[in-house]
Amino acid sequence: MIPTDYVLILAAVLFTIGAAGVLVRRNALIIFMCVEMMLNSVNLTLVALADLWGNLTGQVFAFVVMAVAAVEVAVGLAIIMAIVRHKDTSNIDEINLLKG
Amino acid sequence: MNLPHIDFSVITPELIVIATALVVMLAEFVGAHATPSPTRSHRIALIALLGLVLAALAAVAGLGRAATDIQGMLVADDLGRYLELVVLLAAALGLLLAWDYLPQFTKMHSEYYALYLLAVVGMMFMGKSTELITLFVSLEILSVALYVLTGFHRGQLAAGEAALKYFLLGAFSSAFFIYGAALLYGDTGSTHLVDIAARASGGFLTLAGLALLLVGFGFKLAVVPFHMWTPDVYQGAPTPVTAFMSVGTKAAAFVALFRVLQAAGVSYATWSLVLALLATLTMTWGNLAALRQSSLKRMLAYSSIAHAGYMLIGVTAGMQLGLSAVLFYLFAYAFMNIGAFAVVSLLERPGYHATQDATIDAARGLFARKPLLAVVMAIFLLSLAGVPPLAGFFGKLYLFNAAVQSGWIWLAIVGMINSVVSAYYYLRVTVLMFMTEADETSFLRSPLSNATGLAIAVAMVGTLLLGIFAGPWLQQLGQAALAFAGS
Repeated sequence: MIPTDYVLILAAVLFTIGAAGVLVRRNALIIFMCVEMMLNSVNLTLVALADLWGNLTGQVFAFVVMAVAAVEVAVGLAIIMAIVRHKDTSNIDEINLLKG
Repeated sequence: MNLPHIDFSVITPELIVIATALVVMLAEFVGAHATPSPTRSHRIALIALLGLVLAALAAVAGLGRAATDIQGMLVADDLGRYLELVVLLAAALGLLLAWDYLPQFTKMHSEYYALYLLAVVGMMFMGKSTELITLFVSLEILSVALYVLTGFHRGQLAAGEAALKYFLLGAFSSAFFIYGAALLYGDTGSTHLVDIAARASGGFLTLAGLALLLVGFGFKLAVVPFHMWTPDVYQGAPTPVTAFMSVGTKAAAFVALFRVLQAAGVSYATWSLVLALLATLTMTWGNLAALRQSSLKRMLAYSSIAHAGYMLIGVTAGMQLGLSAVLFYLFAYAFMNIGAFAVVSLLERPGYHATQDATIDAARGLFARKPLLAVVMAIFLLSLAGVPPLAGFFGKLYLFNAAVQSGWIWLAIVGMINSVVSAYYYLRVTVLMFMTEADETSFLRSPLSNATGLAIAVAMVGTLLLGIFAGPWLQQLGQAALAFAGS
């Protein structure tokens, strides 16, 4: 069996890659995918920990996170679409009306 | 199959608001002519307002009767009841602002009010959660509804930009939040705050989990250095939404933060220093950035960052002393901040680009044009600056007093210096209103509608009364705080 530590470290690495992606990438869609990656790395953490503790809370939590991620996809893509209709770009550097 | 017993009295106000949201959503389809019109919009808004009032009555009726249920996931103590009242108050005032503001730019009234009520439900649940999954779900309910509301003015690119920024950073912060929750679960094997308090190891997992949760809270509270989204979102969102979320989100997140910190399993000394530093940064940055703004909404956005900093002083002071001061401040902030935003919404040119409207110049010569409105706005601004005998003054006084009593004297001094700095930009607007002539830059939406007038009047009366009856009200809140700190 895979030791829990390994899974947790993998999840932490995935989370870090996702967070770095959010900060580095410039396309709204890619940023959003990086956020999804962070959420899924948390799911991995939760499932591994649920296995470690032998209770179901972590697995239930992972399902809740998935549901919330789906909700965010629906809303997020709608918002990105609304912007693309105005400006024909999803590059966040070009969406810069509000500043100061 | 055994169904768990659920005591619905714990969540009566929330159930009322949820039911109202559903009714409001369906109200669009009732009636022979399904064409949107201002009267129709007002009818829907009236239903929503009735729901909020009923929920507030239910919350008041529940005062003094603490109960926990839904598998120990929610608690209806007095702290939670007062939080519900703050959120419902902010929601009702924000709804009155939307009354005539909304028909200016959209025909989708049912959607607006339904989402609005769902955001209210999220906030109410958030302040009552005693379990991390519930906390996360309620945080998401309020966030997702607010993402949509922020971008509700679809004809405006600025609104879409604000929604996008809010959404991306909000989702980013949610990821930190649940990672923190997951680590706390890994540390203790439970997501109930009670169990976490009892079993936390105080080691690496506890600290890392708590730190990540704090990052998530920091984003929602607009605490520096997690504040980047705040000015853009507050400026781009429709003004009634800005007014509502600047108060409601803060109130819910502060109460939830208190609950998490109480169960943190980490000593007071560990987290209080971090919070003191965050408070200092937040106040200072918010006030300094507000000094150089030319848009009224953006200035109030930075000022709301600074106010989050003041309230963090109260959190630093701890459960016993700080909580009642923070609760008091939230009530005061609800009245004075929404009042100020209400006047700002009148200074906006409809149809204008969001980045250009409601500049500080729009307030030029307001006193000559509408003396009463100018005086009322001045009172809101002075209260935000902390001038006695208004609500904002007592709010700050109690916060700084709590800091001094718990030994954070330097923090109280930093807070006072910041109040003085903030007076500059509040007074600048006041001076423009009273001492300059109206010119082509000045503007006022007219005539003043009954709904907006009512919102301003309520906010005004609240700002004055909270100042006059500050002592008794603080005592009242102090009992709720003591009951919570002792639990």
